[in-house]
Amino acid sequence: MGESLDLFGAASPEGAWTVGEVTRQARAVLEARLGPLWVRGEISGFKAWQSGHWYFALRDRTAQLRCVMFQKENRRLPAPPADGMQVFVFGRPTLWEEKGEFRLTVVELLSTERGGLWQLAFEKAKAALQKDGLLDPARKRPLPRYPRRIAVVTSKDGAALRDIIAVTSRRWPLAELFVLATKVQGDGAEDAICRALAVLGKIARLDVAIVGRGGGSREDLWTFNAERVARAVAAVPVPVISAVGHETDVTLCDLVADHRAATPSAAAEAATPEWSDVAAGLTHLGERLARGLGLRATRVAQRIDRTLDRLGGALTTRLERQGHQLAGLGGRLDALSPLKILDRGYSLARDPEGHVLKRVAQFSPGLAFRLRVTDGEVAARVAKS
Amino acid sequence: MASEPSFTRQLERLEEIVRRLEGEDLDLDEALKLFEEGVERLREARERLSAAEAKVKQVLSDHAGKLRVEDFDG
Repeated sequence: MGESLDLFGAASPEGAWTVGEVTRQARAVLEARLGPLWVRGEISGFKAWQSGHWYFALRDRTAQLRCVMFQKENRRLPAPPADGMQVFVFGRPTLWEEKGEFRLTVVELLSTERGGLWQLAFEKAKAALQKDGLLDPARKRPLPRYPRRIAVVTSKDGAALRDIIAVTSRRWPLAELFVLATKVQGDGAEDAICRALAVLGKIARLDVAIVGRGGGSREDLWTFNAERVARAVAAVPVPVISAVGHETDVTLCDLVADHRAATPSAAAEAATPEWSDVAAGLTHLGERLARGLGLRATRVAQRIDRTLDRLGGALTTRLERQGHQLAGLGGRLDALSPLKILDRGYSLARDPEGHVLKRVAQFSPGLAFRLRVTDGEVAARVAKS
Repeated sequence: MASEPSFTRQLERLEEIVRRLEGEDLDLDEALKLFEEGVERLREARERLSAAEAKVKQVLSDHAGKLRVEDFDG
């Protein structure tokens, strides 16, 4: 009998455990036996509380496991998971003493679907932007050819800013760069970028803006996938070049911007013309200017030539016609010439004063007179009866 | 707007002048006038291009949202 359980003895107040003792003991056993582990399952009954903590269950065909993911862990994730989503979670099994509930405190959550939560959040935001027409290619504005004021929204200390300043100064010294230093990753980065983008509208005569950062992990670049950052980019009143340093992943900022550059240097190149090209272009324009004037002058000269030709032609014709007329007149004059009559054997008598003697009465006896014949003059005298 | 025309406007005007000189039937007087203006624009543009040195400024905004522009210390 010594081995039989003394149930009644153990039921005495001294032998019983308190609820707190047994749950604490159970929790200790559980945590000692089951360390942090990965669990795979389907999300069910997801609820995000005001506090920012997430509560949900993971389940499979046979069981379910209650989970909590505190705000300090879940804020690194781009979006909450949806019910029915297959996930991997990493967490610590524990026992919530207040409720006597067995649960998993989750510190990491990955979707097993392609791209996971990141992709899900991206697609959701993209759909919202699309719905508002912000991804419409027709929205894209052309970049200015010869910008003067260029704004840069990026981190003050990053290589991105140094590259943009270096490339711009080399290519286009006419530029005035306005740097709007901002946080580009981590807590508060979205707010900071949105604020900086809102300032762009207040810079007078701004021509173009570059927003971006150098390369980084997907988490680092995620700020540029935030829907409100994308909307802030779309609201900038001048053309925006997005340069979120990652060749492969296109961010929402890239999609909304007027131009996408693969790197900050490429953004500066897109924003500016090359100084030497513009100088060569000016030389070319100068040549065309001179040639253009030459062309005009030649045209005018040709017109003058043509006019002169026509004028000259008219004159010649006229002179020729007048020449004929003169010749005709000459002929007629010639025919009228008294000398011509003399040719035919007539002669002309004139008194010493030169009066032509036409009648017999004018020939008084003894009058000396001159007789003009065809080849000269003869002195003559009227016979004295 | 600044009183001086922007480089862009200057260049656009120059291009327009060249196009008119090349294309339109202008009398010599008009052509000469355009040519002279073109030479002047060209001279100004070259001057701007060769004299320039890029400026870098930092835009700071206080809590009231007022902007302040300073030289950028890099």
